[in-house]
Amino acid sequence: MSERDFSTRSSNVSLVHLTKKFRSLDGSGEVTAVDDVTLEIKAGELVTILGPSGCGKTTTLRMIAGFEYPTSGSILIGGKDVAMIPPNKRGLSMVFQSYALFPHLTIYENVAYGLRVQKLPAAEIRERTERALELMQLTPMAKRYPSQVSGGQQQRIALARAIVIEPSVLLFDEPLSNLDAKLREYMRDELRKLQKRLGITSLYVTHDQSEAMAISDRVVIMKDGRIQQVGTPREIYAFPHSKFVADFMGKANFIRVNVLGREGESARIDLEGTQFTVPRAGKAGPAVGQALLVVRPEALRLTNPSSNQPSVALRGRIDRFTYFGNIARYEVSTDNAPLLIESYNPEASSVFEEGAEVGIIIDFESARLLPAAEQGNS
Amino acid sequence: MWVISGAHFRHLPHTDNVKETDTFMRENTRLSVAHLVRDPVLLFLVLLVVTGLILFILLPLYKIVAYSVTTDEGRLSIRAAWDILRSKSYLQPLKNSMLLGLTTGILATIIGYVFAYALTRVDMPLKGFFKAIATIPIISPPFILSLSMIFLFGRNGLITNKLLGLEDSNVYGMHSLVVVQTISFFPIAYLTLTGTLAKLNPAVEDAALNLGASRARIFRTVTLPLSVPGILSSLLLVFIQSLEDFSNPAVISGSFSTLAVEAYRTITGMYDMRGGSLMALLLLVPTLIAFVLQKYWLSGKSFVTVTGKPTTSRQQSRDPKLVWPLFAFCMLVALTIVLFYGTVLVGAFVKIWGINFSFTWAHFKYVMTLGWTPLRNSVVLALASTPIAGLLGMIIAFLVVRKEFPGKKAMEFVSMLTFAVPGTVVGIGYILAFNGKPFMWTGSAFLLIMAFTFRNMPVGIESGTSTLLQIDRSIEEASTILGATGAVTFRRISLPMLKQAFFSGLVYSFVRAMTAVSAVIFLISPRWNLATISIFSLFESSKYSDAAAYIVVMIAIIIVAIGGLNLLVGLLGNSGTIASGGNGERA
Repeated sequence: MSERDFSTRSSNVSLVHLTKKFRSLDGSGEVTAVDDVTLEIKAGELVTILGPSGCGKTTTLRMIAGFEYPTSGSILIGGKDVAMIPPNKRGLSMVFQSYALFPHLTIYENVAYGLRVQKLPAAEIRERTERALELMQLTPMAKRYPSQVSGGQQQRIALARAIVIEPSVLLFDEPLSNLDAKLREYMRDELRKLQKRLGITSLYVTHDQSEAMAISDRVVIMKDGRIQQVGTPREIYAFPHSKFVADFMGKANFIRVNVLGREGESARIDLEGTQFTVPRAGKAGPAVGQALLVVRPEALRLTNPSSNQPSVALRGRIDRFTYFGNIARYEVSTDNAPLLIESYNPEASSVFEEGAEVGIIIDFESARLLPAAEQGNS
Repeated sequence: MWVISGAHFRHLPHTDNVKETDTFMRENTRLSVAHLVRDPVLLFLVLLVVTGLILFILLPLYKIVAYSVTTDEGRLSIRAAWDILRSKSYLQPLKNSMLLGLTTGILATIIGYVFAYALTRVDMPLKGFFKAIATIPIISPPFILSLSMIFLFGRNGLITNKLLGLEDSNVYGMHSLVVVQTISFFPIAYLTLTGTLAKLNPAVEDAALNLGASRARIFRTVTLPLSVPGILSSLLLVFIQSLEDFSNPAVISGSFSTLAVEAYRTITGMYDMRGGSLMALLLLVPTLIAFVLQKYWLSGKSFVTVTGKPTTSRQQSRDPKLVWPLFAFCMLVALTIVLFYGTVLVGAFVKIWGINFSFTWAHFKYVMTLGWTPLRNSVVLALASTPIAGLLGMIIAFLVVRKEFPGKKAMEFVSMLTFAVPGTVVGIGYILAFNGKPFMWTGSAFLLIMAFTFRNMPVGIESGTSTLLQIDRSIEEASTILGATGAVTFRRISLPMLKQAFFSGLVYSFVRAMTAVSAVIFLISPRWNLATISIFSLFESSKYSDAAAYIVVMIAIIIVAIGGLNLLVGLLGNSGTIASGGNGERA
C-alpha cells in the first residue's frame, strides 16, 4: 500500500497564553471559555484535549482552525503566527463530530473537494483521491452518496477527505461520538494506526477518557477553560496532580490521611492510627500534615474482617455489590470515606455479599498523595 | 407538488447540532466588526444588501410619511393630515377595509381549518387532488375570480340570469368581494394550519385517546386549544392579504370603497398626491401591526412540539360519521374552485358572454396582437427580476443565519417587511422617492425590476432561512477548512443544498412579478405597460372575454415558466437526501 506517498507536511503547533472570552448568554457579562492556555504540540504527535462539557476544549480547537478569533494570546503553526490567516488558508484539516459530509456530492467528490478547491491538475486530483479512497477502503462505494453508506463508512469518508489534502495539522472534534460502542473502539484503533503511519500532527478533542487513553501520545486535561495537567496517559493516570484530574481520568478513592514525613519519593503516613509507607507518593501532596491518599478501585482489596493482618488499613461495610462477570464492584462505607473497590476475576477469590463487614487492604505501591483541601472539588 | 407550500408562513425551529454551550455563545460586537473587515466578500455583500434595503424599502416608506406630514410649502405639519383624515371620504374606506379583512379572515380561516384537519387527521380519498386544488389560487393571475364572479353572477351571469332568470342581480359590492377573497386566500389559511396540525405531536392526542376520550372530546380539549396560535396566525395573514388586495376590489367592489383602491383613485383620478399617500399610510399601519403580531408575538407562542425526529405516523380516523361530511365539504370547496376557473377558461372562447355563446378564437387573436407588447414586457421584467430576487433572498438568508455582523437583526426585519407593506404603499412610495433627482427612475424598466425584486424576495428568505437552520453549520466549515473561500463555499456547498428553497423563491418571485398589480400600476409607463394592467383596462371597458383570454395565456406562461425553472434548478446538481451531514448511526 501507498500511505508513504502522502507526504507529511506536519508542523508543530504552539498555543501561547491563548484566551477566549464570550459575551454571556444574557448579554450582561463575559464568560471566559479559554483561559490563558499555553501548550506545545510537537510535529507528528497526537495530543488529546480531555475535559467535561463546557471546559473550553472545542473552543480551543476552533480557534486553531480559525473559526473563532482569540481574545488574546497567539497560535503558531510551524512557528508562524496564524492570527491574521483565515481558516481556508491555514492548511489544516478537521474531522467534525457530525462528519459534515457534503450531502449533495458523491463520496468521490467529497474526498476530492479540497483538491478541486486548490485547482490542482485533474490527473493529480484523480490519483490522490483514488489513493485516499483505497487507503480508507472506500473504493467500492466511491460513486454513492453519503446518505447511502453506514456510519462507520461516513466516518472514514470524513477522514479520507481530511487527509487527502495533506494538512499540516489534523483536528478532530469528538469524531467518534456518533458511533455505537463496538464500532467506536474499532475506529479508534484504526484512526490511531493511520495517524502514526502518516505522522500527521493531530489535536483530538473528546470527553471520553478511555478514548483519550487509547489514542494519545499526550493528554491535556482541561477544566473551566484552564489546563489542569499535561502528560502521557500513563503519567496522568498514575500521577494525577489534582483531585479533579484523578477523578476525571478513571475512577479514584480519596482517603484522608496525615503525612508524618517524607524520605525521597516515599512518605510515612498515619491512617486512622496506623502507620504506613507510601513508596511513590508523588509531588502533588504536602510534605507533612493533612493530605488525601488517592487509590484507584483496583488497588483496594477486601478481606475477612476478623483478619488481624497488619496490612488491613480500614474496616467497613458493603453497601452495594454489582457483579459484571470479569469484575465485582463493591461500594463500601468506612469511617474515613466511602470507597469504590473493584475486584478483577472475582471467581478466583472470595465474593462478599451486601451488608457484610469487611477489612480493606490498600496496595500502597500505586497510591499517591494529594493536598487535603483543594479548590474546585468536583 | 408545490414547493411554495407556504414557506413564509412557517417558522421552523432551530435544530442545530447543539453541543457545547461555549460554541454558540455570541461573538462580541467588537469581534464581529473585526470579522467583517477581515472578510471583504462578506463586507461587500452586507453593504450591497443594506444599500438595496435602504433605497428600495426604507426610503419610499420614509417619503410617504414625510410627504403626508408636510404642507405644500414644505413646512412640517400634521394639521393638514389631521383635517383630511377626519373627513368621511377617508374614514369610510378604512372602515370598509377593516370589515372586509376581518370577515374574509374569519371565513378563510374556518374553511382552511376544516380543510387542513380533513387532510391531516382523516383517512379519505382524493387527498392529492384536494391539496393540488388548494394551491391553484396562490399562483393564479389576478382578476380571475372576480371575472368568474361576473360571468356567473353578473347581469348576464350564467347562474343569476340563465339559471335563475334574474334580470337585475347586482354582482358588485362587498358580498362578492368576500366570496372572491375567501376563495383567493383560504389556501394561505390552509397551509398555515396544516403546518400547525401536522406538527402537533401525535403522542399528545394519542395520550388523550388512551385516557378514554372520544374523538370529539379530543378535538375540543386537545387539538383545538393547541392550534389556537395557528388559527390566530392564519387570521392575521389573511387579514393582511385582504387589506393589500387591489385587483379584486378594483373591479368588483362597486360602491364599497377600500383603502388600496381609493388611494389609487385619489392619485390617478383626482391628482391628489397627499391624499393618496395619507390613504397609503392608513393602509400601512394595520398591516404592519398585523405583521409584527404574527411574526414576533405569535411565533413565540406556538405550542408546536418539536422533537427533531420525523413525526410518527398518525392514526387517521376512519369513522364514516367524520370522514364523509369532511369529504363532502372538501369536495364542495374543490368544485367551487373548479367552477370558477373553468368558467374563465370557457369565457375566453365564447363570442359575447351571456348573449352569444358560440366558439371563437377572436379574443386570443386580440391578446396576440394588441395585447402582445404588455405581455412580452411582463415576461421580460419578471424574468429579469426573478434571478435577482431569488439570489438576493438566498444571500440574505445566508447572511442572517450564518454570519455575524452589526445590524443583522435590522436587516432581517427590513427584508421581511416587504411582505407586510401593501403594494399600493410601495407604488406610491416609489413615485415619491424616484420621481426626481437624484433618482429619476419613474417609468423605467429598472424601477419595475427593483420593485419586483424587493417585493418578491421574502419567500426566498424565509424558505432559505428555515433550510439553513436545519443544515449543520459544520458542513460549511468543512468546506472552509479544506481551503474554499466564502464565495466558493456558498456556490458549491450552501447553494446546492438550498436548491429547494431557491426554487420556491424563484417560482414565487416569477409568479408574483407576472401577477403584480397594486405596486406596478403606479410605475408603468407607455413604454413599459404590463399584462396585468392591460387586463385591468379591459375590465374598465367591460371587455370581459378578452380579459379571460389574457388570463388563460398568462396561466399558460406561468406553467411553462415554472416547468422551465424546475429544469434549470435541476441542473444545479443533486441536493442529496439528507442535509445533516450524515448521522447514520447517531445514538
